[in-house]
Amino acid sequence: MSKFKKKKSGDLPAISTASLPDIVFMLLFFFMVATVMRDSTLMVTNTLPAADQVQKLDKKDRIMYIYAGKPSSRYVDKYGSGARIQLNDKFATVEEVGAFILAERASKRQELQNVLTTALKVDGETKMGLVSDIKQELRKVNALKINYTTRIGGYQQNMN
Amino acid sequence: MAKRAAPEVNAGSMADIAFLLLIFFLVTTTIETDSGLNRKLPPMDEQEQEDIIIRQRNIFTVVVNKYNQLLVEEEPTELKDLRQMAVAFLDNGGGQGEEACDFCQGEKDPASSDNPQKAIISLKNDRETSYKVYVAVQNELVAAYNELRDREFQRLNPMTGMSFVEANKTYNDPRTSLDEKARLKPMLDEVKNLFPQKLSEAEPNKK
Repeated sequence: MSKFKKKKSGDLPAISTASLPDIVFMLLFFFMVATVMRDSTLMVTNTLPAADQVQKLDKKDRIMYIYAGKPSSRYVDKYGSGARIQLNDKFATVEEVGAFILAERASKRQELQNVLTTALKVDGETKMGLVSDIKQELRKVNALKINYTTRIGGYQQNMN
Repeated sequence: MAKRAAPEVNAGSMADIAFLLLIFFLVTTTIETDSGLNRKLPPMDEQEQEDIIIRQRNIFTVVVNKYNQLLVEEEPTELKDLRQMAVAFLDNGGGQGEEACDFCQGEKDPASSDNPQKAIISLKNDRETSYKVYVAVQNELVAAYNELRDREFQRLNPMTGMSFVEANKTYNDPRTSLDEKARLKPMLDEVKNLFPQKLSEAEPNKK
């Protein structure tokens, strides 16, 4: 009887899974860093109009978002079906836009305060009256750089 | 009594926990960036500005009514023709002497704009106009400017192999090196000077 028993040749050693957590953690950190959380839940329908002469909005820290559109189906009972403005997580009136912009501007870093852009995410079915009102409010608080956020696509998609 | 060794914590479920977190972040990630039409609003002046006299032929009026119909230079128009009409207007170069335009390739119609620096597009919409039509009109007008700027950019800087839009995109990209930006800036500014975007929006009429 030999002390050193020969291993059976057909038996594969089990693959070590000890480094699996490391790999997963690596992926996890990547996604944690790359994630931008949706900061507000949409309470309005938001089918953006299409345009093809678009410019990218890089640098999310320089953008203030204003949403507008008809309240989505679960809010229709409470707020009616007329187009509304949404600032952060709540519905707002046109008069509140100015105060919102000033508050947002104050919350940004000093050096960014002059380069902020206001992104208007407005539903395609909205009437221009509301958009004009928002624009007038923005002019009052001197937030002149705006961006009509759109989907990418030909203008023909807007015509039906 | 023998000192009891602390039992080793089983790390076997670490992977499960990590996977759970990973899946959460995978689901909540939005990597894509928004894009849209950049515009600049006119500042609001308290004091009344004195009126500047602009010749009627230098103004290209676009009106969108509440039924989303288009009136361009007093003529009912389809949206698909708007881009070509705006290009023809901007590129007309009908001016004489001082106001002549040496790079325009238009028809030199004396009833249309003198030169691109003078040409103004005036956009007016009704409160009942739908937003998506408004965006489509804006898109077509920006497209007209971009078309002409592309042409001039390629004529002035044939060696870059880029169009104005591409060059502008490169310039605005935060990953572009400072050297490259410094190189592109004078080229872009030159073309922007040739075709300044003079898009005036009438103040919305009160109901």
